[in-house]
Amino acid sequence: MTIKYTLPARLLHWLVALGIIAAFALGLTTDSMEGFSMQKLKLINYHKWLGISVLALVAIRLLWRLSHRPPELPAQMQPWEKQVAHYTHMLLYVLMFAVPLGGWLYSSAKGFPVVWLGLVELPNLMDKNEELAGTIKFMHKIGAWTLVLLAVAHAAAALKHHFIQKDDVLKRML
Amino acid sequence: MRRTALFLSLLAAGTLGQAQAAPADPAKSSVKFVFTQMNVPVEGQFKKFSADIAFDTAKPDTGKVNIAVDLAATDAGSSDANQAVQMKEWFNTSSYPKATFSANQFKPLGGGKFSATGQFSVKGKTANLTVPFTVKPDAKGSWYEGSFPLSRLAWKIGEGEWSDVGAVADAVQVKFKLYVAK
Ligand code: HEM
Repeated sequence: MTIKYTLPARLLHWLVALGIIAAFALGLTTDSMEGFSMQKLKLINYHKWLGISVLALVAIRLLWRLSHRPPELPAQMQPWEKQVAHYTHMLLYVLMFAVPLGGWLYSSAKGFPVVWLGLVELPNLMDKNEELAGTIKFMHKIGAWTLVLLAVAHAAAALKHHFIQKDDVLKRML
Repeated sequence: MRRTALFLSLLAAGTLGQAQAAPADPAKSSVKFVFTQMNVPVEGQFKKFSADIAFDTAKPDTGKVNIAVDLAATDAGSSDANQAVQMKEWFNTSSYPKATFSANQFKPLGGGKFSATGQFSVKGKTANLTVPFTVKPDAKGSWYEGSFPLSRLAWKIGEGEWSDVGAVADAVQVKFKLYVAK
């Protein structure tokens, strides 16, 4: 019998995964658009809304994770494998906070407040600062790429568990 | 030289029965605006303008104000937007480089508040505009300050797809602060 993650943990996992992929794709799209257009303006705002939604879900997810212990990893895993899995998950959590917070910080630095869904105006994280904005955008970009590449490695590990080790690691999250 | 200039301007002021127009100090003065794009308030600034103000709070009806804003020097919040704002759909600065306001009708509104009514002209269209302001004297001069909403669509600022007020709201809040030394 497979002991699964709790339903909220599973839902949050997949919602956050989808949100990150979509935000990443939108971010790359707007960044490749030249100049200033209605389309770009809209997509940047959708990107910001989506990113803030991810941030909120990640916060809920972390609270849930801290109050609900996940099922034990399979006994056949080597201690070092468990360590690698553990640290990867920790780093994923750090990046899931850092990347959207970095985007929010960048938006503030550029002098554009974040109005989530066009409804809720969030506070600026810093005053407008054009010089720092460039650096912050670069960090946001590097952070986003690291997050996505790490998530790809994480997904590859899950598939390896499923198809090669044939254990129930992936099933627990489905 | 200076005496003659002084004499001439006193003469001009005397004959016209108007207060003498003095330029606003560009270092202390500012004309800013806040526009709303997708419900996000974004601040911008007209970085180059001239303002000549003749205004005596005791005799408001003799006042005269001339303001000219150099639209090519508009900071619209980001480098992309600064370029876009020069385009045909927005200010069309190559055809209409300046926005001007000249007012000679003033009304006291009480409590140090006044209104100025005059011709506002931008992008080839001229129409009446009334602007409220306050006057605060200090030891060396006077501050003229005010804030008012301007309908961008009334002056065709943002045409075509940009006339969509869901993307960029119609009302643009203009905030000015002009300092004229004595
Ligand atoms: C899951 C969270 C997020 C991911 C994965 C993500 C990813 C990205 C990526 C890949 C880019 C393109 C960077 C480049 O190539 O230079 C980008 C740009 C950007 N991001 Fe995010 N982002 C996230 C959250 C946020 C949030 C929460 C905000 C703000 C509230 C934000 C604001 C921006 C802005 C303003 C840009 C620049 C867009 C442009 O100028 O084209 N991001 N993001």
